Amino acid sequence: MKNSIAERVCDFLKAYPPFDLLKYDKLLEIAEEVVIIYLEKADVLFKEGDSFNEHFYMVRNGSVSLTHTHNDTQEIVSMSDAGDIFGVRPLIAQENYKLTATAHEESIVYAIPIKGFQLAVENNSKVYKYLVTAFATNAYDPYTTKENNEIFVDYLPNNSHDIVNFQTANYTKNPVTCSEKTSLRDAAIKMSVLKIGCIIVIDQEKKPVGIITNSDIKNKIATGKYPIETAVTNIMSSPVITNKKDLTVADGQLQMIKHNIGHLCITKDGTINSKLIGVLSHHDVLVTLGNNPSVILKEINRATRTKKLRTARLKANTLLKNYLEQNIPLSHIIKIISQINDAVTFQAIEIALLKMPTPPPVKFSWLALGSQGRKEQLLYTDQDNALVFEDVPKEKYQETQAYFIELAKYVTKSLNKIGFEYCEADMMASNPEWCKSLTEWKNQFKNWILKPDEKAILLSSIFFDYSRIYGDEELVDELSNTIYKTLEETSLFFKFLGRDAIKSPSPLGFFKQFLVEENGDQKDLFNIKSRGLMPLIDSARLLILSKQIKGVNNTYERFEKLAELEPNNKELYNSCSYAFKALSKFKTKQGLLHNNSGKFIELETLTKEEKLKLKRCFKPIHEIQETLKFRFDLKNFI
Amino acid sequence: MAFKWFHKEKTKDYPDFWLAYLDAFNTKKKESVESTRFVAFDTETTGFDRKKDRVLSIGAVAFVGKSIEVNKSFEIYVEQDIFKGETVKIHGLMKKGSEEKITELEAIKAFLLYIKDAILVAHHASFDRNMVNEMLLRHGLDKLKNEFIDTGVLFNKSKHVIYKESLQEHYSLDDLCKELNVPKIDRHTASGDALITAFVFLKILSRLDKRKHLEWGYLLSR
Repeated sequence: MKNSIAERVCDFLKAYPPFDLLKYDKLLEIAEEVVIIYLEKADVLFKEGDSFNEHFYMVRNGSVSLTHTHNDTQEIVSMSDAGDIFGVRPLIAQENYKLTATAHEESIVYAIPIKGFQLAVENNSKVYKYLVTAFATNAYDPYTTKENNEIFVDYLPNNSHDIVNFQTANYTKNPVTCSEKTSLRDAAIKMSVLKIGCIIVIDQEKKPVGIITNSDIKNKIATGKYPIETAVTNIMSSPVITNKKDLTVADGQLQMIKHNIGHLCITKDGTINSKLIGVLSHHDVLVTLGNNPSVILKEINRATRTKKLRTARLKANTLLKNYLEQNIPLSHIIKIISQINDAVTFQAIEIALLKMPTPPPVKFSWLALGSQGRKEQLLYTDQDNALVFEDVPKEKYQETQAYFIELAKYVTKSLNKIGFEYCEADMMASNPEWCKSLTEWKNQFKNWILKPDEKAILLSSIFFDYSRIYGDEELVDELSNTIYKTLEETSLFFKFLGRDAIKSPSPLGFFKQFLVEENGDQKDLFNIKSRGLMPLIDSARLLILSKQIKGVNNTYERFEKLAELEPNNKELYNSCSYAFKALSKFKTKQGLLHNNSGKFIELETLTKEEKLKLKRCFKPIHEIQETLKFRFDLKNFI
Repeated sequence: MAFKWFHKEKTKDYPDFWLAYLDAFNTKKKESVESTRFVAFDTETTGFDRKKDRVLSIGAVAFVGKSIEVNKSFEIYVEQDIFKGETVKIHGLMKKGSEEKITELEAIKAFLLYIKDAILVAHHASFDRNMVNEMLLRHGLDKLKNEFIDTGVLFNKSKHVIYKESLQEHYSLDDLCKELNVPKIDRHTASGDALITAFVFLKILSRLDKRKHLEWGYLLSR
C-alpha cells in the first residue's frame, strides 16, 4: 500500500547525514517505521539513567536540549536543531542514557528504529564510518583516543564556535600543598585557616600524589573510619587527574565530567610525573563559562545568528542561579538580567533587519511591555511587545504597517527560539493590533484612559509599563507626553486601575493561614504571582501614573521614588519595595528549582522560617491596598 | 411489546464488519485525554456536493498521546465512476491514476476497521463526516458513531478572551498552519492533510489551559 507520509519523512531524512549515504529504497524502509513525536516545550524524551529506547532521534522542527546532571545542577551539553541526530548511544552500546533530552521549544521529532536502521545499513560501511568518526572526532582529550568507542556525539558541547569554551582555563597558580608525612589534622587546620576546599599532597620532588577535599574529610574522618591523626596519605584520593597548563575550559570541564571529580591538577608536562604548578577547580570552570555578565553581553552583541543569542541567554540563567546562591542584592541581579534581556532583544531586531529586503521606510521604536517593560524579568517569560512607527500619509499606511509586521514576525520568531514563549494573548508586535503608527497609538491610549472598561484595564496593566528597547527615542517620548496629558483630564481611569489593584485581597486568611488555590491542578498551591506580586505591581503603577512620574518602570524603584515624594508614607512605600524584592526572589528561586515560572508554591516544602518571611511580606500589601481605597475613593466604586 | 419498532431496527441485516464496528462502542468507557486513541483524517473528493460528489481518497493517522507511528497511517484511493476534471488540479488524483484503487465498499470496510471507536479529528469536520456518511448510507449502512472534534472550532475556542470579537468565522487549514507554525508537507493529499491536522490538533491542545480545558466536556462541545 502506498504510504505518502513515509515518503515525505524519507525526503526529509535523505537531506542529512548519514541518511544521505543510503539508497532511496533502503531509506524508505526505515522511514516507514519512523514514529513522529510532537513535543511541547519542556517535554522530556528520555532521562539520564533511563534504560535505552529502541529508537534514536532526529529533530524535524524546533530544538531539543541535551543535559547532564553534575553536582546536582543541570548543564546543557548540546542543543540539537532541525536535521541533527541525537540519542545515538544505544546504537553503539547497550547502555543507559547518560544525558537527558528535553524539548527546548515546541518541536517535532522523528524517532528512528535502531533495528530497522541497522538492518538497512548492515552492508554500508560508509554509514558506520560516518557515525563512528562523527563521535570520535569530537573527542578532544588524550583519554578518548584510546576509548573512542565510548565517546558519543551527544556527549560533547557542540557550541564549538563559542570562544569562551576554548579560552585557556584560568587555573589557580601556587595551590596549597602539604607533604606525604603531614597528619590529617594539620592539613585540615591549613585548609580551614586559608578557607579553601582542597589541598594537594605532594612528594619531595613536588609531584602531586593525591588530593584531599572537604568531602574526603566528611566521608573518611567524620564518619570515624580513620582517626584524626592519621597520615594524609591514608585518606587522600589518588592518583590525581593531571593536565598541561594550556588546556581549554571545554577540555577541563569534560575531564571533570568524565572522571566525576571537581579538581584537576596542572603539572609541568601534563603527567603525574612532573612538578605541580596549579589546580583547576570546577568552580573556576563555571566562572569562565557563565559567571561573567560582560562576557555574555559581548557575546550577545557579536551574535549574527539566533542560535548564538540562545547560547548566550542560556548562560545568563547559570549566572542568575549563582547570583541567587551568593545572596547578591536582588536589585543588582534584576539590573544585570534586564540588561541582558534587552540586549538579546536589541540584537534579535538587528538580525531581523538584515533579513528584510529593504531598510525601514520610516523611523520606528520597539517597545517591551509587561515585566520586560518594567525591567524586572528574571526567568524566561512570555514575550509581550509592541511597535510604533512614524506617521505616514494615509495611502502609505497599509504598506508601512505590513513592512513592520513582517519585521516583527522575524523578531518574535527568534525570541521564541531563544526561549521567550509567544504571548498566549498574542500581545506582540507581529499582531496588527499592536503594530501601529504614532497617531494610532496615541488614540489607542486616549481611548483606554478616557473610556475605561474591563478590557481596557486588562490591557493597561501590560501596555502602560512599556519601555523602548530599540529605535527612535522621540517617538516614544511623544507618546508618553500624550498619555500623561490625557491622564490629567480624568480621574475615572485611576479608579478603574485602583479597583484592579485591590481585587486580590491580602493573601492571608482570617486565621493568618495562606489562601491557596481551591481547585484545578494547582489545588492547595499558593499563587505567589497573583496574590503577592500583582497587587504590588498594580499599586505602584497606579500611584506613579497619578503622580505623573515618567521613566521609572521598576516596581521597587517606583516605591522608592514614592517614598521620596511622600515622606509621611515613607515607611509603607519602603516596606512595599522590600516586599516586592523578597517575593520576586522567592518566585525566581522556586522557578529555577522546578524549571518553570515559579508562580505556584508548594507550601509544604517551605521551612517555618520561609513561611514567616513570606507572611511578613504580606503586611504591606494589605496596607497599600487600604491606602489606595482611601486615596482614590474606591469604597463606593466596587 | 412496547419496543417492537425499536427491535425491528436492530434485526435489519447488517454485514458482520458493521456489527463489529458497532460492537466497539458498546464496551466503550471514557478514558483520560492522554490515553485516548484519536484518528485525524481527511478526504479528497470530486467536489463539495455531498449527494452528487464522491470520495476519491481517504488519509488518516492514529495517535495516543503525542506519538504518530508512520507505518500505522492509513491511505486508500477509491474507484469512482463520477469524475470531475476541475478538482484534479487541487488533489492531483486522475481517473486512471497510478495509485492502486479499491471499491467503495472495500474502502468503507478498511476505514471502519481502522478508526474503530477512536475520536475523529478533522478540519471542517462536518464536510468530511457528511461525505463518509453518504458513502455508508449508499451501501445500506448507518452513519458514523464516533465523536468528532473540528480543529477549526477548537482553535476558535482556544483563543484568548480579549480576541474573541476579532475571530474569523472560518480558518482554513493553511491559516492554522501559519498561525501555529506547522510545516506544510504534502498539503492536498489526503494523508498529508491528515498528518497536518494531527499536528494542528496537538498544538492547540498544548496551548489550552491544562487545568481547565483538557477534559471532554470542553473538547467535545461545539
